[in-house]
Amino acid sequence: MEIARLRDMAQQIARNFAVLGEAEAAAATADHIAKFWDPRMKAQLLAEEPGELPPVVALALEKLAFAGQTSKPG
Amino acid sequence: MTYERQKDFGTPEVLSGTAVTLSIDGRDVTVPQGTSVMRAAAEAGGAIPKLCATDNVEAFGSCRLCLVEIEGRKGTPASCTTPAEQDMVVRTQTERLAKLRRSVMELYISDHPLDCLTCSANNDCELQDEAAAVGLRDVRYGYEGANHLGEPVDGSNPYFDFDPSKCIACSRCVRACDEVQGTLALTIDGRGFASMVSAGQTGDDFLSSECVSCGACVQACPTATLQEKSVKELGKPERAVVTTCAYCGVGCSFRAEMKGEQLVRMVPWKDGKANRGHSCVKGRFAWGYANHKDRITSPMIRESIEEPWREVSWDEALAFTADRLKAIREESGPGALGGITSSRCTNEETFLVQKLVRAGFGSNNVDTCARVCHSPTGYGLSTAFGTSAGTQDFDSVMQSDVILVIGANPTDAHPVFASRMKKRLRQGAKLIVIDPRRIDLVRSAHIEAAHHLALTPGTNVAVLTAVAHVIVTEGLADEAFIRERCDWDEYQDWAHFVSDKKHSPETLEPVTGVPASELRGAARLYATGGNGAIYYGLGVTEHSQGSSTVMAIANLAMATGNIGRPGVGVNPLRGQNNVQGACDMGSFPHELAGYRHISDAAVRSSFEADWNVTLDPEPGLRINNMIDAAIDGSFRAIYIQGEDILQSDPNTRHVAAGLAAMDCVIVHDLFLNETANYAHVFLPGSTFLEKNGTFTNAERRIQLVRKVMEPANGLEDWEVTQALANALGQEWSYTHPAQIMDEIARLTPAFAGVTFDRLESEGSLQWPVNAGNPDGSPVMHVDGFVRGKGRFVVTDYIPTDEKTGPRFPLLLTTGRVLTQYNVGAQTRRTAQTVWHSQDVLEIHPSDAENRGLADGDWVRLASRTGQTTLRAKVTDRVAPGVVYTTFHHPETQANVVTTDFSDWATNCPEYKVTAVQASPSNGPSEWQEDYAQLTKRSRRIAPAEPAE
Repeated sequence: MEIARLRDMAQQIARNFAVLGEAEAAAATADHIAKFWDPRMKAQLLAEEPGELPPVVALALEKLAFAGQTSKPG
Repeated sequence: MTYERQKDFGTPEVLSGTAVTLSIDGRDVTVPQGTSVMRAAAEAGGAIPKLCATDNVEAFGSCRLCLVEIEGRKGTPASCTTPAEQDMVVRTQTERLAKLRRSVMELYISDHPLDCLTCSANNDCELQDEAAAVGLRDVRYGYEGANHLGEPVDGSNPYFDFDPSKCIACSRCVRACDEVQGTLALTIDGRGFASMVSAGQTGDDFLSSECVSCGACVQACPTATLQEKSVKELGKPERAVVTTCAYCGVGCSFRAEMKGEQLVRMVPWKDGKANRGHSCVKGRFAWGYANHKDRITSPMIRESIEEPWREVSWDEALAFTADRLKAIREESGPGALGGITSSRCTNEETFLVQKLVRAGFGSNNVDTCARVCHSPTGYGLSTAFGTSAGTQDFDSVMQSDVILVIGANPTDAHPVFASRMKKRLRQGAKLIVIDPRRIDLVRSAHIEAAHHLALTPGTNVAVLTAVAHVIVTEGLADEAFIRERCDWDEYQDWAHFVSDKKHSPETLEPVTGVPASELRGAARLYATGGNGAIYYGLGVTEHSQGSSTVMAIANLAMATGNIGRPGVGVNPLRGQNNVQGACDMGSFPHELAGYRHISDAAVRSSFEADWNVTLDPEPGLRINNMIDAAIDGSFRAIYIQGEDILQSDPNTRHVAAGLAAMDCVIVHDLFLNETANYAHVFLPGSTFLEKNGTFTNAERRIQLVRKVMEPANGLEDWEVTQALANALGQEWSYTHPAQIMDEIARLTPAFAGVTFDRLESEGSLQWPVNAGNPDGSPVMHVDGFVRGKGRFVVTDYIPTDEKTGPRFPLLLTTGRVLTQYNVGAQTRRTAQTVWHSQDVLEIHPSDAENRGLADGDWVRLASRTGQTTLRAKVTDRVAPGVVYTTFHHPETQANVVTTDFSDWATNCPEYKVTAVQASPSNGPSEWQEDYAQLTKRSRRIAPAEPAE
């Protein structure tokens, strides 16, 4: 899928959580992506260079990657 | 049931805690205080003759046929206008009354054509019945005097005729239009003998008047004066079957009145709890699509979309489809397959489609048309309250004191509920409208909004935050309610946020375009005006902050204590007949039936045990993700039941590219719709008249859909899905949708107590129906929220990325009109086109003048995504800088212009905000001409091969 589109979607989610402050917004963004995105979309976004992304999104992806390594859903 | 007219009690039901007992013709009758003598007699099984009385309008007392004698009272009062009293003694049949009634009837008949045997209402006419009941044998006055027998018939309305020669001037039609529909289009013109029913102003006929063709007048008419053309053509029905309408989310109950397998007419069912005996033009009259010549009733396949269609047997179609799906799954895995459930189909059909995708295809790539309408409602209300549904029943509105309508146009999109709302408004409830357009509710007969906040499209969250600012900073919040029912810490965080001066109406006025004083007035009224109820529609959800807006609405209701009792609440007005049900049934890719996340191992295991499969614990693709994934090659096959994504979804060219990239597109529908241009398999569908099942309306009311005729295609839709599942190796063996509902109830706690038998005996049930709520739940969150404590969510206003600028200076918002329905697949194939034959662009006079556009001119409407052309309608209904159109006609394809921007949480498209330019044009665009060619090519059906 178009990576630019996935990046925009992740940034849009993060912007809507930004009012919570960076750490909480990153956690909420990671949780949202985990709950609602198809695995191929997550995998593609996780393959992105974090440096290309806004800090909250980059932090969210770190959390998402960590959660993916430590626990599978359900 | 065999045909008989619905029982008419003469005057409306009275709800009173006090009962009175009276004697009628020697029998004791007990009724609620305030009930008329006429109704008391009818409830006791009697029938006082009547003509001007009917039980859906207030008593009028004009015909003088219902006279009775009451002990201790002089004269012969009209029973319709006389309230029953304790110990009253009434006689309805005496020699004096018989004589009086015969005299009255004699006068009526002296000016009535004596053509009963050839009249379309013969044997179904109240005048005829009452003439017989009073024993009229002759008319002493003769028939030669002045009369109305030569009055011409007004046949202008496509669905019913008005024949004034048969009119008895009882005013039932006028009162039905006033009291039930609330349009006030009819009147009695003239006086005395010259009195005539008149539609609109002098010179108007029914079609040119303000009549909205709801049919209330036709239903009220006691003669053949107002009569369906279908009855005139086909004759009196022989049987009637109660079923549920398949248009909007109001879910009206109708009697389908039949003659053999032929539908003669649809008549709103008085006992229907959603519609209380009322209807709109679509549900009552626009059913002709069911037998339209465009309907496809044979399965069809083709190797590629370049080829013509080939009609084949069901076996061949299913084998072809299953082979393709299996091959794709073999090559690309289950993630390459998916499906879309339909909000037009039944709960049982929807449940089976998502089961087929999850259990048969092996993926969670299932989505539904709610993706493009109310998916933000699912996210927002689940977050705030714990479940995804409106909080009230429709009756609740009659106890509201302040009604706040935001982003909804009920008179067009939910007309039957709008009539109830208007009735309450005429009784004195106050109205606040938040909408960029001046919708009809803002000012219509006897109704005027106290506040119309005509906001700039895309600023809903800013407006609602400003409303919250006023409520909190002026001390109008209901602290006791919040402390008891909500999380106090979360409330304080929210209150702190909204109290910031940057959220004041004055600060935000330049952003929202709403005058601060008007907004403050609206906020104060909602918070302090008594029972406050919020109704919202797609003007809330179809934005980049749709989910935030839903949560902002929930915040307001909780902050003011307007939750958990009749008259208040948060009420999404669902677009399609079964949007609520389709969402309930697990149609979203991340959750199973009952809104439970697919990653929940306990929930998943209950389905796995029941279905004997292993389910994928990861969420699947949403519709727009499916299109994106198709273009990159990882999504290759889709089964679409009852949805036309090419016409309904945004950015048409992108959707077309996605569909064209797939290897197997299966369309299961009534017609070769626009999506079918890109399909390889067409499975013919059945109409709501041809199937059994249930729909769930916007008030969570589960109602039976009953088969009134055999499916023209041979199979109900659930049978088609089952056949496809079995072709893929599943071993399903349902023989009736009742068994599917049993499975739904077994696996879905909110439906635990639902069975077809209960629905049959009780008429309807509102979920949750479970141990805690064995008889269902008209109002939710009465003693506590489903999630426990209500959750305040801080919703920061974030402007959309769709910006106006020099190239695209106008904001386009889209919607629908009363007479057409969504993509128009049904209504365009009926006489509804008399009212709306094409999409038009509403544009403000100043914007039109600046562009040299006049009313009716061709306009080129262009956005960053695409362009189309349509006719201009110059009107100040839209504000300067805003334009509006509908998406009912594929020739226009308004969604060629809309963008990929969507709600941050759910990807619900941002249909309501597109930056556009409008400019003069000579006619259809190149794209439209190309598309017309494509459609023609795609719909070719190869001639059948001759039999050997």
